[in-house]
Amino acid sequence: MKKQVSYWHEFFKGIWEINPTFKQILGMCPTLAVTVSAINGIAMSLATTFVLIFSSFLISCLRKIIPNQVRIAAYIVIIATFVTIADLIMKAKFPVLSKALGPFVPLIVVNCIILGRAEAFASKNPPIRAILDALGNGAGFFIALTVMGSIRELLGSRTILGYQILPLSFEPLLVMILPAGAFITLGLLMGISNSIIERKKKIEHNTLIEKYKDKMSSTHLSIKSSN
Amino acid sequence: MKKVIHIIATLTIIGAISGGLLSIINKWASPLIAENKNAETEKGIFLVQPEGKYYEKINTTEIEIYKVYNANKNLIGYSLAYEGNGFQGKIRLMIGLTQDLTKTTSLEILEQVETPGLGTKITEESFKNQFKGLLAFPKIEWIKGKPPVKPNEIQTITGATISSKSVVAIINEGIQKARSLKERGLL
Repeated sequence: MKKQVSYWHEFFKGIWEINPTFKQILGMCPTLAVTVSAINGIAMSLATTFVLIFSSFLISCLRKIIPNQVRIAAYIVIIATFVTIADLIMKAKFPVLSKALGPFVPLIVVNCIILGRAEAFASKNPPIRAILDALGNGAGFFIALTVMGSIRELLGSRTILGYQILPLSFEPLLVMILPAGAFITLGLLMGISNSIIERKKKIEHNTLIEKYKDKMSSTHLSIKSSN
Repeated sequence: MKKVIHIIATLTIIGAISGGLLSIINKWASPLIAENKNAETEKGIFLVQPEGKYYEKINTTEIEIYKVYNANKNLIGYSLAYEGNGFQGKIRLMIGLTQDLTKTTSLEILEQVETPGLGTKITEESFKNQFKGLLAFPKIEWIKGKPPVKPNEIQTITGATISSKSVVAIINEGIQKARSLKERGLL
């Protein structure tokens, strides 16, 4: 069954179908805390994706070697190693970003997206699929954090990525860069994505009924004509 | 028994490999990180002493203070790095002081984690400019909601009184320590 899923789907499902932020509702802590500006969201999701790809790959490679009883401990050590590498690289090469993200980079260790994908996917699938799954989930996380960061930055400080978008006459909504703004933005975005899915389902449902009706009437007709 | 050995061996190997990998990366990164930190401090020293060209760290473990010289190598004052508690966490400041430690020349916020949009206003020019040539003797005072009248007074930020007061308290404490050093002839 599993083998029939195409590689493309393995990647794409993370962006929409099981988007880590809007569908799996994982990794809420960094999502809510760092998205005060678009660049913070981008940096955070890139760091997370980096860790996600490498740890998923490694865990998938080692999935037959790691004994079941200590798998979580082994995963955490692997994840922590990559997080520390990402943290050191950021501190050395991008000190400004590392300062803006503060303690949230080391906290990627306990980000449930990474451990969740390791446990639910990478430990049961071959490396290529694990990488695609990690890429897809990382992309989904990236899109979610960038959109949230942009909205909050736009309404909270009139800019996106530091470029002024709204005129100076627009009074910045302070609440958007405070924690409350994060919850409001996340709730609205989740609502929108859910309503789109709901509508899609309804359309599918209706077309199914239509099809069935057509079939019924055509069979009915054929029965009649045969008579 | 075989299983136990397997478990121990796997975890040991994973731990050893990650430890080794991290030590290699750390060896590469730690000088770069130290360099970044130094560059930042250096930038702060000259930001609060605009005429400064050279600086020298004063050898004391009590506070982090630098002698600043101008282009002719004459002492023009001190740059003091000092930190204390703000509203939500530590605030780290770079304070420019005149030679006799009675006036602040300028103020720079090196690190802060205040409330975005409110407490973070302490990093804005309008607040920091109040410390340009401010009398700091016997100490700096603050006033709320009115423009300052005394030469050693600053106006707190509306909505960020605690953060503003914290900055003043940190500066006063830092200057106090610098003065006690000077009295003992260590400066």
